[in-house]
Amino acid sequence: MALNSRTRSLLLLLSPASIFLGIFFLGPLIIMVIFSFLEPGLYGGVEWNFYHWNYGRILGWADGEWEEFDPVYAAIFLRSVRIAFINVIVTLLICYPTALWVNGLPSRWRTLVVFIITLPFFVSLVVRLFCWVLILRPSGFMNSILLGLGIISEPIDIIFTETAVLIGMAYVLLPFMFLPIYASVEKLDHSLVEASSDLGGGPIQTFFRITLPLTLPGVAAGAILVFIPSLGNFIVPDLLGGAKVLMIGNLVEQQFLSARNWPFGSALSVTIMLVMLTLIILYLRRLKRMEINQ
Amino acid sequence: MRQTDTIAEVKGAVKSFAAPEGGKVRALDGISLEILHGQFVTLLGPSGCGKTTLLRTISGFEELDAGEVRIAGVKMTNVPPHRRPVNTVFQNYALFPHLSVDDNVGYGLDVSGVARNERDRRVNEALDRVGLSGFGLRKPDQLSGGQRQRVALARAIINRPKLLLLDEPLSALDRNLRQTMQLELKSLQNDLGICFLFVTHDQEEALTMSDLVVILNKGQIEQTGTPEELYHQPATPFVAEFVGDGSLFTGRIENTSDRPVLKTNDGLCLPLGRDARVGETATLLLRPEHLRLAPDQNDESLGILEATLEQSVFHGAIRNYICRLSNGALLTVALDASDTAYKRITTGDQLRLAYPRNLPYLIKQSGNGT
Ligand SMILES: Nc1ncnc2c1ncn2[C@@H]1O[C@H](COP(=O)(O)OP(=O)(O)OP(=O)(O)O)[C@@H](O)[C@H]1O
Ligand SMILES: [Mg+2]
Repeated sequence: MALNSRTRSLLLLLSPASIFLGIFFLGPLIIMVIFSFLEPGLYGGVEWNFYHWNYGRILGWADGEWEEFDPVYAAIFLRSVRIAFINVIVTLLICYPTALWVNGLPSRWRTLVVFIITLPFFVSLVVRLFCWVLILRPSGFMNSILLGLGIISEPIDIIFTETAVLIGMAYVLLPFMFLPIYASVEKLDHSLVEASSDLGGGPIQTFFRITLPLTLPGVAAGAILVFIPSLGNFIVPDLLGGAKVLMIGNLVEQQFLSARNWPFGSALSVTIMLVMLTLIILYLRRLKRMEINQ
Repeated sequence: MRQTDTIAEVKGAVKSFAAPEGGKVRALDGISLEILHGQFVTLLGPSGCGKTTLLRTISGFEELDAGEVRIAGVKMTNVPPHRRPVNTVFQNYALFPHLSVDDNVGYGLDVSGVARNERDRRVNEALDRVGLSGFGLRKPDQLSGGQRQRVALARAIINRPKLLLLDEPLSALDRNLRQTMQLELKSLQNDLGICFLFVTHDQEEALTMSDLVVILNKGQIEQTGTPEELYHQPATPFVAEFVGDGSLFTGRIENTSDRPVLKTNDGLCLPLGRDARVGETATLLLRPEHLRLAPDQNDESLGILEATLEQSVFHGAIRNYICRLSNGALLTVALDASDTAYKRITTGDQLRLAYPRNLPYLIKQSGNGT
């Protein structure tokens, strides 16, 4: 084999990672794709027959003879994508100004504030989400405070709604948006901001023409890091959405753990992956075009 | 506009910074400065003397603690940087890495909403002026250091500022390029008729380019003057040391056989010109070009110094002879390198050096020249 020495040493360096990924990522993935085309066994497990009706149930060609098409799956998909998308926007709107603010602090405060922002993530996710249940439920902290202040006259029933799921989701994924944005804001050369201002650019123009474009890689990374876990998350909708706000993650979890229909769960997972992949490829293409156009 | 119109004025500027290690740093300590129409003014001083701080208070990035800045007669207190009629060439150029050369140069026009045609015309004109036509589509990282410097320059002049601030714009360039850019900057300034306030800590650069040089030290102005004034009549020992080469001797002026001499504490005796005032304390500045080898016959108009040659350094047209005086001080003598008469001088030789008594400049201790 005519490998030059650089390629060879690269392969050597990569091999532990390749072996790890091969066993723990690619393997399960292949099993999942294969399962999604097999017939569900009666009490869990699979029958080794080719069976495309799993996808038919989701995408619409199941005619009721073997399996039945139900538009609810597509609806749940749409809702999940919508929630994930809104979550990206919400976390972005919270994190970007915060990152700018933190970056403006004296240097000895900066590390401390970044530490404080990541502090909640030392506590178990489930515990933190239960706190949100305590805060959001009709007799919870939020309602007692708002009632006490006289801002509302009746408790708001927010728990087990999409809003509650969104609040929890944004809370859980905030640092995934904050850290990449902060990293790129911190890297931004302040003299560029001054140069813009020097040339007559007001604060708003400077932001949109200089600061934002130059920190876009951070925003892009944050958006992907938030979007993907939001789409597949099942703990947040489980705890804060109750049975009412199902997301794909819950659906998959149900298929594997309660309904014991592994092929259908696999088909759902493969579909999520394909949807996610398509969206991300479109997004990255778009981003690249934006960078070229500048 | 007449030549005498004041474009920019700084009055009693004071600026302190809280030092992180405690206490305060007075970066500007009562600076007053006036820049007239069409002038090329240079701020010269050692590192940390407040040059950048002064520029930043003029461009609006720092607010003054006391005093004021006026540009074209308008008080600039509380006017934000983007509303001030000055532009800056930053030390690291601060080119926008995501914008093409065209868009970098056109930035000042784009943010003020100049019409497309007009904008393109002026961008091309500015690029033409700095010799970068045809580079419009490149990104800054596709340019050489000198080309980036020119883009920064084109970008800063496109708004036709009243005053252009340049913070050590040439310090990142190599020597040859720096000399070319010095000439180009000077002629650009002539063509545009814009005032330049130029910062450097390179005295040679300051002397070759400026109409007026301001010497800063520890946040205060030591002297303001033309390059000739600074070189020949430095107001303080600091200026004498900072501008040009030479040695300084401080002592009291006394009379010896009816001629004034400068007696230093360590026992040197330097003959002075007739107009030196006996009884005063003063500092004598001996430049390398003041000194020659002493002739054999006695000459009353010459001051004579005995010295030992330590080292000779070739400098092309001249050769510098570094000599040690009897008190241990070093003195540099510049002699014509092509003159064969000096060939036989070797290291360790005892030399008799001479200077015309009334040629070297005498700095009075009060700070004013004689
Ligand atoms: N933001 C700041 N905080 C604290 N001290 C500062 C600040 N900016 C400048 N200084 C101090 O003010 C003094 C003047 O600084 P300045 O940057 O004006 O020097 P300079 O003359 O431009 O020096 P150089 O030739 O090295 O660029 C220095 O002692 C510096 O330490
Ligand atoms: Mg400086």
